[in-house]
Amino acid sequence: MTALIRRFGLGLSALIIALPVFWIVMMIVLPELVMIDFAFRPNLLPAEIGGPKDVYTLGNFQTLVENTIHRAIFLKTIWASAFVTLVTLVVCYPIAYHLAQGTKPERTGFLILLLIIPFWINEILRTFAWFIILAYNGPLNALLSGLGLIDRPIRFLNGNFGVIIGMVYAYILFMVFPLYNSMESLDRNQIEAARDLGASAWRIHRRIVIPHAKPGIATGCIFTFMLAAGSYAVPALLGSPQSRWFTEIIYNWFFEGGNWNQGAAYAIVLLALCLGFILLMLRVFRVNLGDIAK
Amino acid sequence: MRRDPVTTWLMRIYLVLFFGYLFLPLMVMGAATFNTSRFPTVTPWLGTTFQWFVELYRDGAMWTALWTSLVIAAGVIAVSVPIGLAAALLLTSLHARARSFVYGVMVSPLLTPGVIIGISTLVFWQRFGVAGGVFLSVVAQSTYIIAYVMLMVMARLQRFDRSLEEAALDLGASHLQAFRRVMLPYLRPSLLAAAVIAFLQSFENYNTTLFVRGVDTTLTIYIASKVRTGVTPAVNALGLILIVLTVLAAVLYEWRRRSERRRESIAARRREVSEAAEGGVGRALAAPAE
Repeated sequence: MTALIRRFGLGLSALIIALPVFWIVMMIVLPELVMIDFAFRPNLLPAEIGGPKDVYTLGNFQTLVENTIHRAIFLKTIWASAFVTLVTLVVCYPIAYHLAQGTKPERTGFLILLLIIPFWINEILRTFAWFIILAYNGPLNALLSGLGLIDRPIRFLNGNFGVIIGMVYAYILFMVFPLYNSMESLDRNQIEAARDLGASAWRIHRRIVIPHAKPGIATGCIFTFMLAAGSYAVPALLGSPQSRWFTEIIYNWFFEGGNWNQGAAYAIVLLALCLGFILLMLRVFRVNLGDIAK
Repeated sequence: MRRDPVTTWLMRIYLVLFFGYLFLPLMVMGAATFNTSRFPTVTPWLGTTFQWFVELYRDGAMWTALWTSLVIAAGVIAVSVPIGLAAALLLTSLHARARSFVYGVMVSPLLTPGVIIGISTLVFWQRFGVAGGVFLSVVAQSTYIIAYVMLMVMARLQRFDRSLEEAALDLGASHLQAFRRVMLPYLRPSLLAAAVIAFLQSFENYNTTLFVRGVDTTLTIYIASKVRTGVTPAVNALGLILIVLTVLAAVLYEWRRRSERRRESIAARRREVSEAAEGGVGRALAAPAE
């Protein structure tokens, strides 16, 4: 504190402290606490608030356990997000490795620029692009029937398939860059040495590259899972009423059911799911949070 | 590196597939803009036209949404750049223990799903009687965009030479002058870059804004609702324009960032050389002061 004042003077120091405190208290911590408070209270008429019925209850969470449709959608959201994360990891691992270890530096710069460009493009537009491709009369069906692989067009946008492929596409770069960053710092000589000593490619990856890239793998998985589980745009655009996502249920509680307390409870369940996944990844890859946030 | 030809070829095929997967959908979307078909597609191709740009231009709702998006983005920049800067400065002045805790709290919005940030902002401000709208959109988006700004400023701040600041103070500059004349000019590139990122993040945000927008519609919300309720290639025209603008911005941004880095590494090398030359004298002068 004294160091801060000595460095910036009293007036500036006050600002440097006040602004982040405002951010942390009024924008991060208190809103979360109020949301938690909301989740544990029943949905009451304005006149009843503060009255005898206004007590803490687990009723809103009980709804999720008892409502079979909501429970099924919640479980589907978990496995589908985990599946999206796994597919994204498998798709991105080779490109990250190639960029980090396989190419000459000048080519790497160009390939990274190619990767960054779609990253800058609006997620809604990237999802919309798949909406066109997967449409009933769209180019993918035209291609498949042109090749004689299918007799009738497939309704891709009617189930989980479209949602999953759209999510892999939308979040691919949140996986590539953490992987690339962690692999880039690996000394190429280690790989050379292992190869000279007769290790197979599989063994080199299992014993050298993957252990070195652990923080990157964990970071990429955490981001991808969090984005997938919390996505509203992709299931809204590429899904159908049969393939609803948990976020859509939350939205409906807020703006169609008019039950904010219930919606807040579901939101907390979603938040807890993401936190649980973060802890799981930290445990599995034996890294700590400091490595992740870099 | 030695590689057998099979691996090389597999890698090549994979690269083509990967980048095809990355770019083909966007190309299809762009191409569909010029098809006369009322539903955006490239198969079948019914005829080439520019009519969808005209239709987009005539759509009043699109212009309103664009304006709303720009106002919100301006608000987000105004809120998140100063707070992010202050947060970065505060963090670098904290002791190691406190720093890692405060850092954890500050980056937590990046690990929180966007819908949660929207919901918590909505229920919090409702207690003060503030309903969803442009104001809450700015607040909710800033909650996590400040964290991006903070990280970008921190990255540059770590390479800051504190002796410059100390020299200014020793030579009689006030704290405000030292900050305005030494610190801010040094941080300028990262602040500009942070403002660009803040703008883009705000402009493309969907999940968070959805909950706090009230009755206002941003451009991203407008596109999504069009896709759900009856889409025409006018949406593709809008998408194509946005993509062209984004690609230009991305290339420009990357190009600037790289030339900046090159200039810095040259400057650093020159400094090293001159320091090595003056090393003896410099060290002798610096020693008594410490």
